[in-house]
Amino acid sequence: MAKSKTLKIKVWGENACFTRPEMKVERVSYDVMTPSAARGILEAILWKPAISWRIERIDVLNEIRWQSVRRNELGSKIPFSNVTKAMKDGKGSLALYIEEERQQRAGLFLRDVAYVIHAHFSLSDRKGPADNIKKFEEMFERRVSKGQCHHFPVMGNREFPAFFAPADDGERPHPVDRDLGFILYDMEFGVWDENSSDYESARPRFFRARLESGSMVVPAWDSAEVLG
Amino acid sequence: MSAISNRYEFVYLFDVKDGNPNGDPDAGNMPRIDSETGHGLVTDVSLKRKVRNYVGITKRYEPPYDIYIKEKAVLIEAHEKAYKELGVDLEKDDKKRKGGDRVPEARSWMCKNFYDVRSFGAVMALKVNAGVVKGPVQLSFARSVDPVLQFEHSITRMAVATKEEAESQGGDNRTMGKKHTVPYGLYRSHGFISAFYAEDTGFTEEDLQLFWNSLTNMFDHDRSAARGEMSARRLIVFKHIGEGESARLGTHPAHKLFDTVTVHRKSDGPPRSYADYEVKIDEAAIEKLKGKIELLDLI
Repeated sequence: MAKSKTLKIKVWGENACFTRPEMKVERVSYDVMTPSAARGILEAILWKPAISWRIERIDVLNEIRWQSVRRNELGSKIPFSNVTKAMKDGKGSLALYIEEERQQRAGLFLRDVAYVIHAHFSLSDRKGPADNIKKFEEMFERRVSKGQCHHFPVMGNREFPAFFAPADDGERPHPVDRDLGFILYDMEFGVWDENSSDYESARPRFFRARLESGSMVVPAWDSAEVLG
Repeated sequence: MSAISNRYEFVYLFDVKDGNPNGDPDAGNMPRIDSETGHGLVTDVSLKRKVRNYVGITKRYEPPYDIYIKEKAVLIEAHEKAYKELGVDLEKDDKKRKGGDRVPEARSWMCKNFYDVRSFGAVMALKVNAGVVKGPVQLSFARSVDPVLQFEHSITRMAVATKEEAESQGGDNRTMGKKHTVPYGLYRSHGFISAFYAEDTGFTEEDLQLFWNSLTNMFDHDRSAARGEMSARRLIVFKHIGEGESARLGTHPAHKLFDTVTVHRKSDGPPRSYADYEVKIDEAAIEKLKGKIELLDLI
């Protein structure tokens, strides 16, 4: 399939939380940005149904450091049936009361992070006649250099903004070799359902990640290394 | 009224005097602090709580300004509570998607009625996969400009809670308590507003104005024994301008805009008031962005 050249972008922020799925109540971040989070950042800057992003490599520029923060959080969500009932009756309280639903949760977050993401995109079967690779490559580079985005990209959670700029060729990763174990690659989504504005199913896929001289090479999505 | 059509970033400066701006539940409610650098922290959710409270009390918790995530201290009516319990009962063990084609309708209805849903977003069990409304307004942790000092004050109460305590004290009837403050801290937070998400949730110019008002005034309606004197000191807003789509996408990188606002100490010794600081905006840099960025100095 036709794909773009490798595009590079530098991202950085004061904190980050790439939550481990096995520790998500009291969130614990992975040591590095996951390919899924990197894709989210690229999509915040440029995405159309016509393109799908693939991450090739993530360079970790700073030493991996941690910070623990405990916050009061809300323990529940509003049931859908309550909303429809209130819509029908035209009255009723849908508010959630924080005192009743409070949970104190700690988070183990990364601090002072900076990465260079190497990625490309390919055109999907939802492309239109006017869509071509060159056009989106140029759009992406233009947006990154002007600081334009659809919504502001984040480091895993929305309270941690991800600043971005074109990657400078002088950037060198913080040289560390480390086996990161199995980490989340991305979610495999089922068919888009117009009615609910959501995918019918979503399944996580993992891969064995390693930092070699500070770089994490991401295997191809369809390779044998990626486990569903 | 239609949704906003510009992207915004803002720098929000507020200070605290002899108070605890945000207690840390992990540290016995001491002011939050970055233990590596000694800088004070105030979480994004702490600030958003105050925005919700301000909008709630000034708009009387009425749609379209009702508040989805309330503090119970504010009005609660028995019939509403009964309704809520009934609703929860209906729900029981239901984790899967329900509602079919009414989901988008319910989602937009929630956005229309609740100010916090259309500003900050909310997770509602409307979808199987992390069902969310992503709000246009995004805030970062606030961090103090200089390291802050945590004070612990012992205080006494001239009464005791139980008879047993009184007896054991032989009628002295005193309890000791603790109170934590920082003597002074000037905190800086960064915020982001996406025009695209605003379009999705229906966040209007009027809503935006209300948001600026709440940042300006919210501490004045959040007085308590713990907080001491908190004040909003500066709200510097960068509005991305230009033709159509470029105003929405933005016209200049956010970090460069934030870099134009610097805060310096202008006194020696430990800072004890806002007068110890000077906030500077790089006018020349802003001038260069004429036609791309409009700077609004709201406080």
